Amino acid sequence: MNLSNYLVLAAVLFTIGATTVLLRRNAIVVFMGIELMLNATNLAFVTFARIHGDLTGQVMAFFVMVVAAAEVVIGLAIIVAIFRTRRSASVDDVNLLKS
Amino acid sequence: MMTTALAALPLEAEGAVAAASASGAFSVAWLLIALPMLGAAVLLLAGRRSDAWGHWLGVLASGSAFVVGAVLWFAMMGLPADERVQDLHLFSWIPAGAFSLDAGLRVDPLSLAFVLLVTFVGTLIHVYSVAYMEHDTDRRRFFAYLNLFVAAMLLLVLADSYVLLFVGWEGVGLASYLLIGFWNHEMPNAVAAKKAFVANRVGDIGMIVAIGLMFATFGATDFSSVFGRAEGAGEGLLTATGLMLLLAATGKSAQFPLQSWLGDAMAGPTPVSALIHAATMVTAGVYLVVRSAPVYAGAPTALLVVAIVGAITLLFGAIVGCAKDDIKKTLAASTMSQIGYMMLAAGLGPIGYAFAIFHLLTHGFFKAGMFLGAGSVMHGMGDSVDMRRFGGLSRYMKVTWLTFAAGWLAIIGFPGLSGFWSKDKIIESAYAVADGEGWQPWVFGTVALVGAGITAFYMSRLFFMTFHGDKRWSDGHGEGPADGPVRHPHESPRLMTVPMAILAVGSVALGGILAFGDSFVTWLEPVTGHAEHHEPVLPIWLIMVLTFVLVIAGVFLAWRQYAAAPVAVVPPRGSVLTRAARKDLYQDDVNEALLMLPGQYLTRSLVYGDRQLVDGAATGLARVVAGSGEIVRRVQNGYVRSYASTMVAGIVALTAVVLAFQI
Amino acid sequence: MTTPLGLAAVATGLAETGRTSGGEATLFWFIAPVMVIAALGLLFARKTVHAAMSVVLVMISLAILYVAQEAPFLGVVQVIVYTGAVMMLFLFVLMLVGVDSSDSLVETIRGQRWIGALLGLGLGAVLVGVVLTAADLAPAGLVEANADSNPVGVARVIFSDYVFALEVVGTLLVVAALGALVLTHRQRLTRQVGQKERADARIAAGTVLTPLPAPGVYARSNAMDVPALGPDGRPLESSVPRVLRIRGQERSVAEVHAEIGAEGVGSTPPERSITGEEEVR
Repeated sequence: MNLSNYLVLAAVLFTIGATTVLLRRNAIVVFMGIELMLNATNLAFVTFARIHGDLTGQVMAFFVMVVAAAEVVIGLAIIVAIFRTRRSASVDDVNLLKS
Repeated sequence: MMTTALAALPLEAEGAVAAASASGAFSVAWLLIALPMLGAAVLLLAGRRSDAWGHWLGVLASGSAFVVGAVLWFAMMGLPADERVQDLHLFSWIPAGAFSLDAGLRVDPLSLAFVLLVTFVGTLIHVYSVAYMEHDTDRRRFFAYLNLFVAAMLLLVLADSYVLLFVGWEGVGLASYLLIGFWNHEMPNAVAAKKAFVANRVGDIGMIVAIGLMFATFGATDFSSVFGRAEGAGEGLLTATGLMLLLAATGKSAQFPLQSWLGDAMAGPTPVSALIHAATMVTAGVYLVVRSAPVYAGAPTALLVVAIVGAITLLFGAIVGCAKDDIKKTLAASTMSQIGYMMLAAGLGPIGYAFAIFHLLTHGFFKAGMFLGAGSVMHGMGDSVDMRRFGGLSRYMKVTWLTFAAGWLAIIGFPGLSGFWSKDKIIESAYAVADGEGWQPWVFGTVALVGAGITAFYMSRLFFMTFHGDKRWSDGHGEGPADGPVRHPHESPRLMTVPMAILAVGSVALGGILAFGDSFVTWLEPVTGHAEHHEPVLPIWLIMVLTFVLVIAGVFLAWRQYAAAPVAVVPPRGSVLTRAARKDLYQDDVNEALLMLPGQYLTRSLVYGDRQLVDGAATGLARVVAGSGEIVRRVQNGYVRSYASTMVAGIVALTAVVLAFQI
Repeated sequence: MTTPLGLAAVATGLAETGRTSGGEATLFWFIAPVMVIAALGLLFARKTVHAAMSVVLVMISLAILYVAQEAPFLGVVQVIVYTGAVMMLFLFVLMLVGVDSSDSLVETIRGQRWIGALLGLGLGAVLVGVVLTAADLAPAGLVEANADSNPVGVARVIFSDYVFALEVVGTLLVVAALGALVLTHRQRLTRQVGQKERADARIAAGTVLTPLPAPGVYARSNAMDVPALGPDGRPLESSVPRVLRIRGQERSVAEVHAEIGAEGVGSTPPERSITGEEEVR
């Protein structure tokens, strides 16, 4: 089997994750889209490690996981904090960027 | 020590001596400046706490400076003539790479003469002010400014470089500004102070340019180096430097064309007028010219311009003095005219330098004395200055009358008194200039001669209008005209009359003492150099007789018009010249038309250009940016997902480009 | 939306290379469609919980693929960290925020739906294009690198070349934990109200301090809707629960009284207040 299959799968998952971020309004779902994108890259990393016969790709995937864990902790805390004050988890309600 | 440290510089001028390092008594010369400066600092910093004793501290500071000056004078008398130029190094002031300037003092016969004049007359005026300013709540501040002035003036005359001199130059300007506007709660006084300040700044430009020229040509600004290298410099450059120095001198000494501020400067308290605007500060210009003699030695054209400026101002001041009814403004015009004499003498070159300083000294005494007398009259006449409302005061103010008379006789050059010795020498030198050839001796000599006559007229006019003739005021008990203002003239207190008396003695005797055996000219020789005697174009006896005749004629005219005949209390219309002279020969209008209005139009057009062009460009650009921002703003809707869309669009575009190039 | 194109691309890629044999290929072709469908579930699921469960499915599938790709360590970590920790955290937060909270169907940003769909399609096309244009993808294999088992190999790399990065990431985790504490910490704005404070407030309000009287108990009626009689024989309003009174469901003593009176037992309530001077009956 050609290894590009894995990469195509990774690309498809990444695209679905990105589209989720663009289309969904629930902050938690958006967040899960981001996680999906991270996982897609991880799949690509692992595949690359296999292609090159070098474990560095797996190590990269490992670091991505750790950082993603930290990011999830902070991101969810932010969502909870916002939800407490706004009673909403919609990203469209958080448009303070527009002065 | 002193002999070995003789500087190996070329002589400054023929007969002038090079500077030696100061030692012995001269090493305390810095005290001259430090003492009054300390007085000023204490008085200004201590504030109201020193109100009770502040004025006496001021007198003490000035008096102790005089004592130091006297000690230095005695020490210098004990030195041979070729060691009388002493340089006192104080500290390294501006060490800037190849250029290094030390702060130092030059004690020589010229600066010592000034030191003695400033401290002696200054101390007397300090004493006088104690009584004169007694009822002023700000007397302490007044004395602080006076001390500041004395310190700055001494720094001016003692400096050993043009830069340090400039510091003192600005210091006296500041003190003058502060003192003219001392009663600045009244608008005209504040305006007068500002006028003096601005006019002086115009002169300062000349000073700065001159210093810059020296720095560019000689690479130094201290007297020793500049004078030493002046001989080798080109004439054009020296002429430019000399003219710039002259501009500075005209500003400070109220010479044509920067003379307009002096009359208004009389807004200050009378002791200030006596000390700053008669005896000392306004003569700084003469000092500057005489001090820069080596520069002028290589620039005969500049020297000629100095003489011309002096001659013009001499007549200008004399004519204005004839028309003024304000006693202080008359004296101011007279001061202007007398400094014109000094400038004329300084412009005559080496033959006139010594006489310029000589006249400066005697003038310092008799003019200060007369100003103090005027102050005494004002003191007794309820601060009135209108001479047309004086008259017959000789019976009420005996001491003032006597001391004033001494000054009057001195200034008109009555034989034997101070003014006679100094002014006749100037007239004589004016007739002898340029070896008695060409037009110069005739013009300058005649101007000086005629000026003496006019001086006699207007000074006598002042004297007679004030002290003689009818009373043009009322004492409230039927004496004098009923419509006159009620006055109660009385003699001033001792503290005021004693300084006047001392100055009167100086007015009478100083000239004779200094002229005896040419002692003062010899004294100054280490600085000004020895001048060859020149024969005037007219015999000396004829000049003296002519002068005397003119003076007598002037006095007689004044007596007939203002003592024998009644004086009109309302100024008569007068001739064209009189009306012009009352308005200072339209100097203010000329300044306004030539300088102020074009300046205002220039600034207005600049402002217009700034608003329309510069601001227009700036605001136009801002409008364009704001307009485009208004359009682009719609993209910034604040929604995270919109921003994420932009990012994804960017990624897609970038990857598409990469892909397109790869295939 | 992206599925048809993505699948088509995958299909063409496979047709060209033609290597579909082996257990791995079978596994892949079994798992990949499941993953894509689950991912699309995230994109389209109305309920957030469904979306979360689809993601869990994707992640477990990924773990299987990792193991298949000679990365057993990562596969285990994927299950533990992502499926076990991260996704559970998501579910917890969902509980906090409210399981019911679902998206409103109205798109707030005008045109965002079309823009997002278009960009998603474009991104998918471009990414797949990049992968397919990549030249040589023959696997070098990890047999050599995994000689001492995969975790040992990964550990060698991590603790030699990337030890500093590991330390930094460790610090990051600690900071993140603290950050979550700070972000979710709620400052107490008012003083805590305890038993003592409540009692004080009640005394300050000046209302009845004791328990309210119980409803009346009568021989024929001991229901809650009849007021008790006070010492003076009058009915006590407050003995009937407030809710009944407001609903107007209380019965008056008179109704009960009538029954009593009919039986001829009991006493007539006095018509005036007890003063202490009545004779004891």
